[in-house]
Amino acid sequence: MSLLERTVPMPSFLKQVRIPALLLLGLLLLGVAAVATSIGAVSIPLTGIIGADLTDQQMAVLSSIRLPRVLLAIIVGSALAVSGAAMQGLFRNPLADPGLIGIATSAALAVAIVIVLAGPITGYFGLYAMSIAAFVGALVACFVIFRFAKLTGTFSVTYMLLTGIAINAMSAAGVGFLTFLSDDQQLRTLTFWTMGSLGGALWVSVIVVTTIIVPSGLILIRNARELNVLLLGENEAQYLGVDVERLKRTIVICTALSVGAAISVSGIIGFIGLVVPHLVRLTLGPDHRLLIPASAFLGAIMLLLADTVARTIVVPAEMPVGILTSMIGGPFFLWLLIKQYSGRFGL
Amino acid sequence: MITAENITYSIGSHRILANICATFNPGRVTAILGPNGAGKSTFLKCLTGALKPDEGSVTVDGRDLHQYSLTELSRRRAVLSQANPISFPFTAHEIVVMGRNPYSLEKTTASNAEIADEALALVDAWHLRDRAFPTLSGGEQQRVQFARVISQIWEQEGASLFLDEPTSALDLKHQHQLLELVQILSTEKNLTVVIVMHDLNLAYYSTDHCYFIKDGGIQGGEDSKDLIKADIISEIFDLPKEYAAMRFGGQFAD
Repeated sequence: MSLLERTVPMPSFLKQVRIPALLLLGLLLLGVAAVATSIGAVSIPLTGIIGADLTDQQMAVLSSIRLPRVLLAIIVGSALAVSGAAMQGLFRNPLADPGLIGIATSAALAVAIVIVLAGPITGYFGLYAMSIAAFVGALVACFVIFRFAKLTGTFSVTYMLLTGIAINAMSAAGVGFLTFLSDDQQLRTLTFWTMGSLGGALWVSVIVVTTIIVPSGLILIRNARELNVLLLGENEAQYLGVDVERLKRTIVICTALSVGAAISVSGIIGFIGLVVPHLVRLTLGPDHRLLIPASAFLGAIMLLLADTVARTIVVPAEMPVGILTSMIGGPFFLWLLIKQYSGRFGL
Repeated sequence: MITAENITYSIGSHRILANICATFNPGRVTAILGPNGAGKSTFLKCLTGALKPDEGSVTVDGRDLHQYSLTELSRRRAVLSQANPISFPFTAHEIVVMGRNPYSLEKTTASNAEIADEALALVDAWHLRDRAFPTLSGGEQQRVQFARVISQIWEQEGASLFLDEPTSALDLKHQHQLLELVQILSTEKNLTVVIVMHDLNLAYYSTDHCYFIKDGGIQGGEDSKDLIKADIISEIFDLPKEYAAMRFGGQFAD
């Protein structure tokens, strides 16, 4: 007990780092957003925006194309990263990504069903309807994964990933079948969904997804401390006074809502939810109170960067941003696997 | 005081616990012993509220366990489960601070962090404070988890502490330290301590009472020193009499 003399209260890492880190990420996001707004098929100089000195064409591009697109990239990027972080906490494993374990494809299938069966729907009503369809698809996938991952009694990562493969295959088959049924117009829309793109950004979509994603994200942040405790194990969390069933339900619903909303406007954009929380954990640690908000900022930054590259690299054409994120994310995932098996995570 | 009355628990048609009655007293350390698969951990889970028995009840200080709210319970009892892997690089200190979750709303972050530091020091793990938990050895992880569990009931008098094989990964020195600490805490803070363990030797020297669980039934409850004897052990664990006498005969003379 003489060891007690060595205990010096230290200022908490979280307290020291949280505000500066989030401020820095916020500033970075502002910078990237400024650049992304300025460059593109039509260049819009920042000095022109500040000095309100733009041609009519530049003004039109800025207000009806560029700004909604930049904002949509920010909101979708943060939604994907935050959902990834929350899913990983929920499944207690850093490999859980809405795309990998089939939640995104299942949501995309639901959206595809709506597109093909209900015909073209637009405007606020249509977007909310598609968001809800995607939400239902995501929810079903979450439920299936939970049931199957627990087949062995305790939660199994192997079963989680394998269930994801099965769901991905079934959803792909479903989308394939719908493609077979669809007419030219529907086909175009479906292809756009499965590749993932922010090309259809409109103010309507920005408003619709923001009203879904921001509240879900805030609820997730409110549950961050309990999500930390959940990482000890479900029984342990319950012993520590956490209402585990309520917490799991909240997380599943909020992530399914965010992922659903994001997918209904942008299609499947993979790996943001895997790469971003991982990078944040490497630099700022695994505490969800910092991880979730920091992932929101970094996810926004990453998707905005990727989308800016995707729409400028092959001007005047445009590459679907989902292709770009998967090209970077795939190798990253492999690297993560190697790292896991070298024992760093003790799986 | 914790009382289990006629606890029965089945999974499917397989009856794991049958009509189990037991009493655990404050200020005493009680061991639960028995062969593998006898239902020890299931019984512990019934006592902690993680499982609800099919029949029978568990009362804590005269009140049914399931009438307590989760928060109330989290301040009355702490549980150390068997190893549970954590795949995220939390530091040992962060893990222990999670033990303070029941008090996160009313105590300051600084005071909770301080209690976590003291708990780490008590289990001889203060030097591991800033190490990533997944990189620690099995024994180090076990000590850090134990620190988390005692920090949960740090300022409580008369709370209860449940430990499921707390020494399974520990070396001799730390086995001794941990069980000595358990005894001190149980006396000083009037804790009701229940330990599931396999090491009969350790149970003999460091617990006050013990119960044996075999094939879903329970026996014992008296002083460990009267129960951990060659003839009883040979019966409970289906050991040949001569072997039990050799292992648990003369060497246990006081």
